[in-house]
Amino acid sequence: MSAEGWEKNAAAGKILPPEAPGCGSPALGGGSSGARMTGFPTLFHKEVLRFWKVALQTVAAPVLTTLLYLIIFGHVMDRSARMYGEVSYVQFLVPGLVMMSLLQNAFANSSSSLMQSKMTGNIIFVLLPPLAHWELFAAYVLAAVVRGFMVGAGVLVVTLPFVGLDVQHPLWVLAFALAGSAILGALGLIAAILADKFDQVAAFQNFLIMPLTFLSGVFYSIHSLPEFWQDVSHFNPVFYMIDGFRYGFFGASDVDPLRGFAVVAVCFAAVTALTLAMLKSGYKLRN
Amino acid sequence: MSAAIEVRQVSKRFGSVQALERVDLEVGKGEFFGLLGPNGAGKTTLINILAGLTRADSGSARVMGFDVASDYRAARRALGVVPQELVFDPFFTVRETLAIQSGYFGIRNNGPWIDEVMANLDLTSKADANMRSLSGGMKRRVLVAQALVHKPPVIVLDEPTAGVDVELRQALWLFIRRLNEAGHTIVLTTHYLEEAESLCQRIAMLKLGRVVALDTTVNLVRRLHNLRLRLRTSQPLPAALAERAQLIADGSRVLALREYGEVESVLARLREAKCHIEEMELAQPDLEDVFLETMNRER
Repeated sequence: MSAEGWEKNAAAGKILPPEAPGCGSPALGGGSSGARMTGFPTLFHKEVLRFWKVALQTVAAPVLTTLLYLIIFGHVMDRSARMYGEVSYVQFLVPGLVMMSLLQNAFANSSSSLMQSKMTGNIIFVLLPPLAHWELFAAYVLAAVVRGFMVGAGVLVVTLPFVGLDVQHPLWVLAFALAGSAILGALGLIAAILADKFDQVAAFQNFLIMPLTFLSGVFYSIHSLPEFWQDVSHFNPVFYMIDGFRYGFFGASDVDPLRGFAVVAVCFAAVTALTLAMLKSGYKLRN
Repeated sequence: MSAAIEVRQVSKRFGSVQALERVDLEVGKGEFFGLLGPNGAGKTTLINILAGLTRADSGSARVMGFDVASDYRAARRALGVVPQELVFDPFFTVRETLAIQSGYFGIRNNGPWIDEVMANLDLTSKADANMRSLSGGMKRRVLVAQALVHKPPVIVLDEPTAGVDVELRQALWLFIRRLNEAGHTIVLTTHYLEEAESLCQRIAMLKLGRVVALDTTVNLVRRLHNLRLRLRTSQPLPAALAERAQLIADGSRVLALREYGEVESVLARLREAKCHIEEMELAQPDLEDVFLETMNRER
Protein backbone atom coordinates (compact mmCIF):
# COMPACT_ATOMS: atom_id res chain seq x y z
CA MET A 1 0.00 0.00 0.00
CA SER A 2 3.12 2.21 0.24
CA ALA A 3 2.34 5.85 0.81
CA GLU A 4 -1.42 5.33 0.70
CA GLY A 5 -1.44 3.28 3.88
CA TRP A 6 0.81 5.78 5.50
CA GLU A 7 -1.47 8.66 4.60
CA LYS A 8 -4.46 6.64 5.81
CA ASN A 9 -2.80 6.12 9.18
CA ALA A 10 -1.89 9.76 9.40
CA ALA A 11 -5.38 10.87 8.44
CA ALA A 12 -6.88 8.50 10.99
CA GLY A 13 -4.79 10.17 13.66
CA LYS A 14 -2.90 7.00 14.55
CA ILE A 15 0.41 8.77 14.71
CA LEU A 16 2.05 9.15 18.08
CA PRO A 17 -0.88 8.56 20.42
CA PRO A 18 -1.41 11.21 23.06
CA GLU A 19 -0.94 8.63 25.83
CA ALA A 20 2.63 7.96 24.72
CA PRO A 21 4.87 9.70 27.27
CA GLY A 22 6.79 12.54 25.77
CA CYS A 23 5.16 12.29 22.38
CA GLY A 24 1.65 13.54 22.36
CA SER A 25 2.76 15.79 25.16
CA PRO A 26 6.46 16.61 25.04
CA ALA A 27 6.03 18.49 28.29
CA LEU A 28 5.75 15.13 30.03
CA GLY A 29 9.46 14.82 29.54
CA GLY A 30 9.67 11.76 27.34
CA GLY A 31 13.04 12.84 26.12
CA SER A 32 14.71 13.84 29.32
CA SER A 33 14.22 11.23 31.99
CA GLY A 34 17.41 10.60 33.92
CA ALA A 35 16.41 7.15 35.23
CA ARG A 36 16.97 5.19 32.05
CA MET A 37 19.61 2.51 31.54
CA THR A 38 22.71 3.34 29.58
CA GLY A 39 23.18 2.36 25.96
CA PHE A 40 26.37 0.41 26.63
CA PRO A 41 24.80 -3.12 26.76
CA THR A 42 23.06 -2.50 23.44
CA LEU A 43 26.20 -1.26 21.71
CA PHE A 44 28.15 -4.24 23.05
CA HIS A 45 25.40 -6.64 21.93
CA LYS A 46 25.24 -5.01 18.51
CA GLU A 47 29.02 -5.22 18.09
CA VAL A 48 28.95 -8.95 18.93
CA LEU A 49 25.99 -9.50 16.57
CA ARG A 50 27.84 -7.64 13.84
CA PHE A 51 30.71 -10.12 13.69
CA TRP A 52 28.57 -13.15 14.59
CA LYS A 53 26.30 -12.56 11.58
CA VAL A 54 29.35 -13.13 9.37
CA ALA A 55 30.98 -15.75 11.63
CA LEU A 56 32.25 -17.75 8.67
CA GLN A 57 34.49 -14.83 7.79
CA THR A 58 35.20 -13.46 11.27
CA VAL A 59 35.58 -16.66 13.33
CA ALA A 60 35.80 -19.80 11.17
CA ALA A 61 38.26 -18.41 8.61
CA PRO A 62 40.86 -17.23 11.18
CA VAL A 63 40.60 -20.59 12.96
CA LEU A 64 41.33 -22.38 9.68
CA THR A 65 44.23 -20.03 8.85
CA THR A 66 45.79 -20.67 12.26
CA LEU A 67 45.42 -24.41 11.85
CA LEU A 68 47.26 -24.18 8.54
CA TYR A 69 50.10 -22.39 10.33
CA LEU A 70 50.17 -25.20 12.87
CA ILE A 71 50.20 -27.95 10.26
CA ILE A 72 52.90 -26.31 8.12
CA PHE A 73 55.21 -25.13 10.90
CA GLY A 74 54.64 -28.28 12.97
CA HIS A 75 55.59 -30.38 9.93
CA VAL A 76 58.65 -28.54 8.68
CA MET A 77 60.24 -27.74 12.02
CA ASP A 78 62.44 -30.22 13.82
CA ARG A 79 60.03 -32.69 15.46
CA SER A 80 62.66 -33.83 17.92
CA ALA A 81 63.22 -30.30 19.23
CA ARG A 82 62.25 -29.83 22.89
CA MET A 83 61.31 -26.52 24.51
CA TYR A 84 61.40 -25.81 28.25
CA GLY A 85 62.82 -29.30 28.71
CA GLU A 86 59.99 -31.71 27.86
CA VAL A 87 57.64 -29.66 25.70
CA SER A 88 57.50 -30.69 22.02
CA TYR A 89 57.70 -27.98 19.36
CA VAL A 90 54.08 -28.51 18.28
CA GLN A 91 52.90 -28.23 21.88
CA PHE A 92 54.99 -25.08 22.23
CA LEU A 93 53.53 -23.69 19.03
CA VAL A 94 49.84 -24.11 19.93
CA PRO A 95 49.53 -21.48 22.72
CA GLY A 96 51.54 -19.01 20.64
CA LEU A 97 49.25 -19.46 17.65
CA VAL A 98 46.16 -19.30 19.84
CA MET A 99 47.32 -16.00 21.33
CA MET A 100 48.40 -14.61 17.95
CA SER A 101 45.01 -15.32 16.37
CA LEU A 102 43.25 -13.97 19.46
CA LEU A 103 45.20 -10.69 19.32
CA GLN A 104 44.92 -10.20 15.58
CA ASN A 105 41.17 -10.80 15.58
CA ALA A 106 40.59 -8.50 18.52
CA PHE A 107 42.35 -5.77 16.55
CA ALA A 108 40.50 -6.62 13.35
CA ASN A 109 37.11 -6.48 15.07
CA SER A 110 37.23 -3.02 16.59
CA SER A 111 39.17 -1.45 13.73
CA SER A 112 36.93 -2.80 10.96
CA SER A 113 33.71 -2.04 12.79
CA LEU A 114 34.55 1.58 13.58
CA MET A 115 36.18 2.19 10.20
CA GLN A 116 33.18 0.80 8.30
CA SER A 117 30.86 2.97 10.38
CA LYS A 118 33.00 6.03 9.69
CA MET A 119 33.21 5.40 5.96
CA THR A 120 29.55 4.51 5.42
CA GLY A 121 28.33 7.28 7.71
CA ASN A 122 26.30 5.04 10.02
CA ILE A 123 28.61 6.09 12.89
CA ILE A 124 25.96 8.80 13.30
CA PHE A 125 23.65 6.22 14.93
CA VAL A 126 26.19 5.75 17.71
CA LEU A 127 27.12 9.42 18.04
CA LEU A 128 23.57 10.81 18.25
CA PRO A 129 22.42 8.84 21.34
CA PRO A 130 23.49 9.74 24.90
CA LEU A 131 26.45 7.33 24.97
CA ALA A 132 29.48 8.45 27.00
CA HIS A 133 32.98 8.09 25.59
CA TRP A 134 33.77 5.34 28.09
CA GLU A 135 30.66 3.40 27.01
CA LEU A 136 31.83 3.50 23.39
CA PHE A 137 35.27 2.33 24.50
CA ALA A 138 33.97 -0.47 26.73
CA ALA A 139 31.49 -1.79 24.15
CA TYR A 140 33.93 -1.87 21.20
CA VAL A 141 36.79 -3.30 23.28
CA LEU A 142 34.66 -5.96 24.98
CA ALA A 143 33.24 -7.07 21.64
CA ALA A 144 36.82 -7.30 20.33
CA VAL A 145 37.71 -9.43 23.37
CA VAL A 146 34.74 -11.71 22.70
CA ARG A 147 35.73 -12.24 19.07
CA GLY A 148 39.36 -12.79 20.05
CA PHE A 149 38.31 -15.36 22.64
CA MET A 150 36.02 -17.14 20.18
CA VAL A 151 38.77 -17.47 17.59
CA GLY A 152 41.35 -18.44 20.23
CA ALA A 153 39.01 -21.00 21.78
CA GLY A 154 38.19 -22.33 18.31
CA VAL A 155 41.88 -22.93 17.55
CA LEU A 156 42.40 -24.55 20.95
CA VAL A 157 39.37 -26.84 20.68
CA VAL A 158 40.32 -28.03 17.19
CA THR A 159 43.98 -28.68 18.04
CA LEU A 160 43.58 -30.28 21.46
CA PRO A 161 42.58 -33.75 20.14
CA PHE A 162 45.83 -33.87 18.12
CA VAL A 163 48.20 -32.12 20.53
CA GLY A 164 48.13 -33.08 24.19
CA LEU A 165 48.21 -29.90 26.20
CA ASP A 166 47.77 -29.33 29.94
CA VAL A 167 46.90 -26.00 31.47
CA GLN A 168 49.12 -25.48 34.52
CA HIS A 169 47.89 -22.02 35.50
CA PRO A 170 44.47 -21.26 33.97
CA LEU A 171 44.26 -17.85 35.65
CA TRP A 172 47.43 -16.69 33.92
CA VAL A 173 46.03 -17.96 30.62
CA LEU A 174 42.87 -15.97 31.20
CA ALA A 175 44.64 -12.86 32.48
CA PHE A 176 47.04 -12.58 29.54
CA ALA A 177 44.32 -13.42 27.00
CA LEU A 178 42.01 -10.80 28.48
CA ALA A 179 44.60 -8.05 28.78
CA GLY A 180 46.14 -8.81 25.39
CA SER A 181 42.87 -8.83 23.48
CA ALA A 182 41.72 -5.65 25.28
CA ILE A 183 44.95 -3.86 24.30
CA LEU A 184 44.61 -4.93 20.67
CA GLY A 185 40.91 -4.03 20.70
CA ALA A 186 41.80 -0.54 21.92
CA LEU A 187 44.59 -0.27 19.33
CA GLY A 188 41.99 -1.16 16.70
CA LEU A 189 39.90 1.79 17.84
CA ILE A 190 42.90 4.12 17.70
CA ALA A 191 43.76 2.94 14.17
CA ALA A 192 40.16 3.44 12.98
CA ILE A 193 39.89 6.88 14.59
CA LEU A 194 43.16 8.06 13.03
CA ALA A 195 42.54 6.56 9.58
CA ASP A 196 40.79 8.45 6.82
CA LYS A 197 40.81 5.52 4.40
CA PHE A 198 40.57 1.74 4.68
CA ASP A 199 44.15 1.28 3.46
CA GLN A 200 45.45 3.32 6.39
CA VAL A 201 43.89 0.82 8.81
CA ALA A 202 45.37 -1.99 6.70
CA ALA A 203 48.77 -0.27 6.90
CA PHE A 204 48.46 -0.07 10.70
CA GLN A 205 47.68 -3.78 10.76
CA ASN A 206 50.30 -4.89 8.24
CA PHE A 207 53.18 -2.63 9.26
CA LEU A 208 52.70 -2.58 13.03
CA ILE A 209 50.44 -5.30 14.41
CA MET A 210 51.62 -8.13 12.15
CA PRO A 211 55.38 -7.58 12.69
CA LEU A 212 54.84 -7.18 16.44
CA THR A 213 52.95 -10.47 16.66
CA PHE A 214 55.18 -12.46 14.28
CA LEU A 215 58.34 -11.24 16.02
CA SER A 216 57.02 -11.90 19.50
CA GLY A 217 58.08 -15.51 19.94
CA VAL A 218 55.00 -17.19 18.51
CA PHE A 219 57.14 -19.62 16.54
CA TYR A 220 60.25 -19.69 18.73
CA SER A 221 61.60 -19.09 22.19
CA ILE A 222 63.59 -15.87 22.30
CA HIS A 223 66.39 -17.82 24.02
CA SER A 224 67.06 -19.33 20.59
CA LEU A 225 67.85 -15.83 19.24
CA PRO A 226 71.20 -14.02 19.30
CA GLU A 227 71.57 -11.84 22.39
CA PHE A 228 70.95 -8.61 20.47
CA TRP A 229 67.56 -9.82 19.15
CA GLN A 230 66.66 -11.15 22.58
CA ASP A 231 67.15 -7.61 23.91
CA VAL A 232 65.11 -6.16 21.04
CA SER A 233 62.28 -8.62 21.80
CA HIS A 234 61.98 -7.19 25.30
CA PHE A 235 60.75 -3.91 23.76
CA ASN A 236 57.87 -5.71 22.08
CA PRO A 237 54.80 -5.77 24.36
CA VAL A 238 53.25 -8.64 22.36
CA PHE A 239 56.20 -10.81 23.39
CA TYR A 240 55.13 -10.48 27.06
CA MET A 241 51.51 -11.34 26.16
CA ILE A 242 52.47 -14.54 24.34
CA ASP A 243 55.18 -15.51 26.80
CA GLY A 244 52.83 -15.06 29.79
CA PHE A 245 50.01 -16.88 28.00
CA ARG A 246 52.38 -19.79 27.34
CA TYR A 247 53.43 -19.81 31.00
CA GLY A 248 49.82 -20.57 31.88
CA PHE A 249 50.08 -23.79 29.84
CA PHE A 250 53.58 -25.03 30.65
CA GLY A 251 54.49 -23.33 33.92
CA ALA A 252 57.64 -22.15 32.17
CA SER A 253 58.41 -18.98 30.21
CA ASP A 254 61.21 -16.74 28.96
CA VAL A 255 60.26 -13.97 31.40
CA ASP A 256 58.79 -14.12 34.91
CA PRO A 257 54.96 -13.95 34.40
CA LEU A 258 54.54 -11.29 37.08
CA ARG A 259 57.02 -9.03 35.34
CA GLY A 260 55.38 -9.84 32.01
CA PHE A 261 51.93 -8.99 33.33
CA ALA A 262 53.18 -5.73 34.79
CA VAL A 263 54.41 -4.70 31.33
CA VAL A 264 51.09 -5.74 29.77
CA ALA A 265 49.11 -3.88 32.45
CA VAL A 266 51.10 -0.68 31.87
CA CYS A 267 50.51 -1.02 28.12
CA PHE A 268 46.80 -1.54 28.72
CA ALA A 269 46.61 1.55 30.94
CA ALA A 270 48.47 3.67 28.37
CA VAL A 271 46.42 2.50 25.38
CA THR A 272 43.17 2.88 27.34
CA ALA A 273 44.06 6.42 28.42
CA LEU A 274 44.93 7.41 24.85
CA THR A 275 41.76 5.86 23.36
CA LEU A 276 39.51 7.42 26.00
CA ALA A 277 41.10 10.83 25.43
CA MET A 278 40.51 10.53 21.68
CA LEU A 279 36.89 9.44 22.14
CA LYS A 280 36.19 12.14 24.72
CA SER A 281 37.58 14.90 22.52
CA GLY A 282 35.62 13.56 19.55
CA TYR A 283 38.86 13.62 17.52
CA LYS A 284 38.05 12.76 13.88
CA LEU A 285 34.62 11.50 14.96
CA ARG A 286 32.61 14.54 16.04
CA ASN A 287 33.75 16.95 13.35
CA MET B 1 9.77 27.31 30.69
CA SER B 2 12.75 27.54 28.37
CA ALA B 3 12.55 27.25 24.60
CA ALA B 4 12.80 23.95 22.75
CA ILE B 5 16.04 25.12 21.14
CA GLU B 6 18.26 27.99 22.22
CA VAL B 7 21.39 28.90 20.30
CA ARG B 8 23.49 31.71 21.74
CA GLN B 9 26.45 33.31 19.96
CA VAL B 10 27.51 30.03 18.39
CA SER B 11 30.56 30.16 16.13
CA LYS B 12 32.30 27.36 14.27
CA ARG B 13 35.25 27.44 11.92
CA PHE B 14 36.54 24.62 9.71
CA GLY B 15 40.07 25.62 8.65
CA SER B 16 39.70 28.81 6.65
CA VAL B 17 35.91 28.52 6.39
CA GLN B 18 33.76 30.31 8.95
CA ALA B 19 30.83 27.88 9.01
CA LEU B 20 28.88 29.75 11.71
CA GLU B 21 29.46 33.24 13.07
CA ARG B 22 27.85 34.28 16.36
CA VAL B 23 24.50 32.70 15.54
CA ASP B 24 21.60 33.48 17.87
CA LEU B 25 18.38 31.50 17.48
CA GLU B 26 15.46 30.41 19.57
CA VAL B 27 12.78 27.89 18.61
CA GLY B 28 9.67 27.73 20.77
CA LYS B 29 8.13 24.52 22.04
CA GLY B 30 5.65 23.08 19.55
CA GLU B 31 6.88 25.31 16.72
CA PHE B 32 7.36 24.20 13.12
CA PHE B 33 10.56 26.04 12.30
CA GLY B 34 12.37 26.32 8.99
CA LEU B 35 16.10 26.73 8.54
CA LEU B 36 16.84 27.89 5.01
CA GLY B 37 19.94 28.85 3.14
CA PRO B 38 22.05 27.97 0.12
CA ASN B 39 24.57 25.14 0.22
CA GLY B 40 27.37 25.96 2.62
CA ALA B 41 25.26 28.42 4.60
CA GLY B 42 25.85 26.52 7.85
CA LYS B 43 22.49 24.76 8.30
CA THR B 44 23.90 21.27 8.74
CA THR B 45 26.73 22.56 10.94
CA LEU B 46 24.15 24.17 13.23
CA ILE B 47 22.12 20.94 13.35
CA ASN B 48 25.28 18.94 14.03
CA ILE B 49 26.14 21.21 16.95
CA LEU B 50 22.65 20.73 18.40
CA ALA B 51 22.99 16.96 17.97
CA GLY B 52 26.50 16.80 19.44
CA LEU B 53 28.01 15.63 16.14
CA THR B 54 30.16 18.75 15.97
CA ARG B 55 31.44 20.93 18.78
CA ALA B 56 31.04 24.69 18.64
CA ASP B 57 34.19 26.82 18.93
CA SER B 58 32.29 29.27 21.12
CA GLY B 59 28.78 30.03 22.32
CA SER B 60 26.20 27.67 23.74
CA ALA B 61 23.31 25.55 22.49
CA ARG B 62 20.47 24.02 24.48
CA VAL B 63 17.76 21.51 23.64
CA MET B 64 14.71 21.60 25.94
CA GLY B 65 16.87 23.59 28.37
CA PHE B 66 19.72 21.06 28.42
CA ASP B 67 23.16 22.24 27.34
CA VAL B 68 24.36 20.08 24.44
CA ALA B 69 27.91 19.94 25.86
CA SER B 70 27.64 19.89 29.65
CA ASP B 71 24.31 18.04 29.87
CA TYR B 72 24.66 16.10 26.65
CA ARG B 73 22.81 12.97 27.78
CA ALA B 74 19.57 14.84 28.55
CA ALA B 75 19.96 17.06 25.48
CA ARG B 76 20.39 14.07 23.16
CA ARG B 77 17.44 12.24 24.69
CA ALA B 78 15.30 15.27 23.89
CA LEU B 79 16.36 15.35 20.25
CA GLY B 80 15.61 13.14 17.26
CA VAL B 81 17.61 13.83 14.11
CA VAL B 82 16.81 12.64 10.61
CA PRO B 83 20.12 13.01 8.79
CA GLN B 84 20.48 14.27 5.26
CA GLU B 85 22.39 11.26 3.91
CA LEU B 86 20.77 7.87 3.40
CA VAL B 87 22.91 5.99 5.91
CA PHE B 88 22.18 2.53 7.26
CA ASP B 89 23.85 -0.45 8.89
CA PRO B 90 23.90 -3.28 6.33
CA PHE B 91 24.17 -6.00 8.98
CA PHE B 92 20.67 -5.61 10.36
CA THR B 93 16.98 -5.81 9.52
CA VAL B 94 14.59 -2.89 9.95
CA ARG B 95 13.28 -4.22 13.27
CA GLU B 96 16.79 -4.92 14.57
CA THR B 97 17.90 -1.44 13.52
CA LEU B 98 15.06 0.16 15.48
CA ALA B 99 15.54 -2.08 18.53
CA ILE B 100 19.26 -1.30 18.57
CA GLN B 101 18.59 2.43 18.25
CA SER B 102 16.14 2.21 21.18
CA GLY B 103 18.76 0.42 23.24
CA TYR B 104 21.31 3.15 22.57
CA PHE B 105 18.89 5.50 24.32
CA GLY B 106 18.64 3.07 27.24
CA ILE B 107 15.17 1.86 26.28
CA ARG B 108 14.63 -1.89 26.57
CA ASN B 109 11.55 -3.83 25.44
CA ASN B 110 10.48 -1.07 23.06
CA GLY B 111 8.72 -3.55 20.76
CA PRO B 112 5.17 -2.16 20.99
CA TRP B 113 6.35 1.37 20.25
CA ILE B 114 8.60 0.17 17.41
CA ASP B 115 5.62 -1.72 15.92
CA GLU B 116 3.54 1.42 16.11
CA VAL B 117 6.16 3.66 14.53
CA MET B 118 6.67 1.09 11.75
CA ALA B 119 2.93 0.90 11.17
CA ASN B 120 2.66 4.66 10.90
CA LEU B 121 5.54 4.79 8.46
CA ASP B 122 4.18 1.84 6.47
CA LEU B 123 7.28 -0.21 7.27
CA THR B 124 5.58 -3.22 8.89
CA SER B 125 5.84 -5.39 5.79
CA LYS B 126 9.59 -4.69 5.67
CA ALA B 127 10.21 -5.27 9.39
CA ASP B 128 12.32 -8.38 8.82
CA ALA B 129 13.96 -7.22 5.61
CA ASN B 130 17.66 -6.43 5.64
CA MET B 131 18.39 -2.72 5.31
CA ARG B 132 20.44 -3.37 2.17
CA SER B 133 17.38 -4.68 0.34
CA LEU B 134 15.25 -1.56 0.87
CA SER B 135 14.60 1.13 -1.73
CA GLY B 136 15.82 4.69 -1.11
CA GLY B 137 12.34 5.78 -0.01
CA MET B 138 12.06 2.93 2.48
CA LYS B 139 15.51 3.68 3.87
CA ARG B 140 14.41 7.29 4.34
CA ARG B 141 11.38 6.08 6.32
CA VAL B 142 13.63 3.96 8.53
CA LEU B 143 15.75 7.04 9.23
CA VAL B 144 12.60 8.87 10.33
CA ALA B 145 11.61 5.90 12.51
CA GLN B 146 15.08 5.79 14.06
CA ALA B 147 14.72 9.43 15.04
CA LEU B 148 11.42 8.64 16.78
CA VAL B 149 12.20 5.46 18.73
CA HIS B 150 13.02 7.36 21.91
CA LYS B 151 9.98 9.65 21.59
CA PRO B 152 11.91 12.92 21.43
CA PRO B 153 10.02 16.17 21.96
CA VAL B 154 12.24 17.94 19.39
CA ILE B 155 12.68 16.51 15.89
CA VAL B 156 15.20 17.89 13.40
CA LEU B 157 14.88 16.97 9.74
CA ASP B 158 17.89 17.84 7.62
CA GLU B 159 16.66 17.99 4.02
CA PRO B 160 14.51 14.89 4.45
CA THR B 161 12.95 15.13 0.99
CA ALA B 162 16.15 15.53 -1.02
CA GLY B 163 15.93 13.05 -3.90
CA VAL B 164 12.57 11.72 -2.73
CA ASP B 165 9.66 11.17 -5.14
CA VAL B 166 6.55 13.34 -4.95
CA GLU B 167 4.34 10.66 -3.41
CA LEU B 168 6.71 9.92 -0.55
CA ARG B 169 7.40 13.61 -0.03
CA GLN B 170 3.73 14.40 0.43
CA ALA B 171 3.20 11.41 2.71
CA LEU B 172 6.23 12.42 4.77
CA TRP B 173 4.95 15.97 5.20
CA LEU B 174 1.54 14.69 6.26
CA PHE B 175 3.23 12.56 8.89
CA ILE B 176 5.51 15.34 10.12
CA ARG B 177 2.59 17.75 10.30
CA ARG B 178 0.76 15.25 12.50
CA LEU B 179 3.79 15.00 14.76
CA ASN B 180 3.81 18.76 15.09
CA GLU B 181 0.09 18.80 15.87
CA ALA B 182 0.76 16.18 18.55
CA GLY B 183 3.07 18.67 20.24
CA HIS B 184 6.49 17.94 18.80
CA THR B 185 8.79 20.81 17.94
CA ILE B 186 9.95 20.42 14.35
CA VAL B 187 13.02 22.00 12.80
CA LEU B 188 13.29 21.57 9.07
CA THR B 189 15.92 22.37 6.51
CA THR B 190 14.96 22.07 2.88
CA HIS B 191 15.76 23.45 -0.54
CA TYR B 192 12.09 23.14 -1.54
CA LEU B 193 10.94 26.60 -0.53
CA GLU B 194 7.28 25.96 -1.27
CA GLU B 195 7.44 23.18 1.34
CA ALA B 196 8.93 25.50 3.92
CA GLU B 197 6.34 28.16 3.12
CA SER B 198 3.40 25.80 3.56
CA LEU B 199 4.74 24.01 6.67
CA CYS B 200 6.82 26.39 8.77
CA GLN B 201 5.42 28.96 11.14
CA ARG B 202 8.76 30.74 11.46
CA ILE B 203 11.83 30.74 9.28
CA ALA B 204 15.48 31.64 9.73
CA MET B 205 17.63 32.24 6.68
CA LEU B 206 21.33 31.56 6.93
CA LYS B 207 24.02 32.81 4.65
CA LEU B 208 27.76 32.24 5.06
CA GLY B 209 27.22 31.20 8.66
CA ARG B 210 25.12 34.18 9.70
CA VAL B 211 21.39 34.57 10.29
CA VAL B 212 20.29 37.10 7.67
CA ALA B 213 16.52 36.86 8.21
CA LEU B 214 14.39 35.56 11.06
CA ASP B 215 10.65 36.09 11.24
CA THR B 216 7.30 34.40 10.82
CA THR B 217 6.74 33.05 7.33
CA VAL B 218 3.83 35.42 6.85
CA ASN B 219 5.87 38.47 7.85
CA LEU B 220 8.77 37.46 5.65
CA VAL B 221 6.54 37.21 2.60
CA ARG B 222 4.68 40.41 3.51
CA ARG B 223 7.96 42.25 3.83
CA LEU B 224 8.45 41.93 0.10
CA HIS B 225 6.22 44.27 -1.94
CA ASN B 226 6.88 42.95 -5.37
CA LEU B 227 3.68 41.90 -7.06
CA ARG B 228 4.17 40.74 -10.61
CA LEU B 229 1.60 41.60 -13.28
CA ARG B 230 1.90 39.52 -16.42
CA LEU B 231 0.19 40.90 -19.49
CA ARG B 232 -0.34 39.81 -23.08
CA THR B 233 -1.88 42.56 -25.18
CA SER B 234 -3.10 42.97 -28.74
CA GLN B 235 -0.93 46.04 -29.34
CA PRO B 236 2.44 47.05 -27.92
CA LEU B 237 2.28 48.49 -24.42
CA PRO B 238 2.15 52.27 -24.04
CA ALA B 239 5.65 53.78 -23.73
CA ALA B 240 5.28 54.61 -20.03
CA LEU B 241 4.55 50.96 -19.23
CA ALA B 242 6.84 49.42 -21.86
CA GLU B 243 9.95 50.93 -20.34
CA ARG B 244 9.13 49.27 -16.99
CA ALA B 245 8.08 45.94 -18.46
CA GLN B 246 10.21 42.84 -18.83
CA LEU B 247 9.74 40.53 -21.83
CA ILE B 248 9.54 36.87 -20.81
CA ALA B 249 9.91 33.63 -22.78
CA ASP B 250 6.26 33.20 -23.81
CA GLY B 251 6.17 36.68 -25.32
CA SER B 252 4.18 38.34 -22.57
CA ARG B 253 5.40 41.28 -20.50
CA VAL B 254 5.82 41.39 -16.73
CA LEU B 255 5.44 44.55 -14.68
CA ALA B 256 6.73 44.76 -11.11
CA LEU B 257 4.24 46.54 -8.82
CA ARG B 258 4.77 47.72 -5.27
CA GLU B 259 1.10 47.47 -4.24
CA TYR B 260 -2.31 46.34 -5.48
CA GLY B 261 -3.41 49.96 -6.04
CA GLU B 262 -0.98 50.21 -8.97
CA VAL B 263 -3.03 47.64 -10.91
CA GLU B 264 -5.77 50.21 -11.43
CA SER B 265 -3.40 52.80 -12.90
CA VAL B 266 -1.89 50.21 -15.25
CA LEU B 267 -5.36 49.22 -16.47
CA ALA B 268 -6.27 52.90 -16.94
CA ARG B 269 -3.20 53.50 -19.13
CA LEU B 270 -4.07 50.45 -21.22
CA ARG B 271 -7.61 51.71 -21.68
CA GLU B 272 -6.33 55.16 -22.73
CA ALA B 273 -4.03 53.55 -25.29
CA LYS B 274 -6.92 51.32 -26.47
CA CYS B 275 -4.68 48.37 -25.79
CA HIS B 276 -6.76 45.19 -25.58
CA ILE B 277 -5.78 42.67 -22.87
CA GLU B 278 -5.61 39.06 -24.12
CA GLU B 279 -4.18 37.51 -20.94
CA MET B 280 -3.54 38.86 -17.46
CA GLU B 281 -2.12 37.30 -14.28
CA LEU B 282 -1.24 38.87 -10.93
CA ALA B 283 1.30 36.88 -8.95
CA GLN B 284 2.03 37.49 -5.27
CA PRO B 285 5.53 37.20 -3.88
CA ASP B 286 6.38 33.86 -2.36
CA LEU B 287 9.11 32.57 -0.10
CA GLU B 288 11.34 31.95 -3.09
CA ASP B 289 11.22 35.66 -3.94
CA VAL B 290 11.97 36.53 -0.32
CA PHE B 291 14.80 34.00 -0.26
CA LEU B 292 16.38 35.31 -3.45
CA GLU B 293 15.90 38.93 -2.42
CA THR B 294 17.44 38.25 1.01
CA MET B 295 20.37 36.33 -0.39
CA ASN B 296 21.08 38.98 -3.05
CA ARG B 297 20.77 41.78 -0.49
CA GLU B 298 23.33 40.09 1.75
CA ARG B 299 25.90 39.65 -1.00
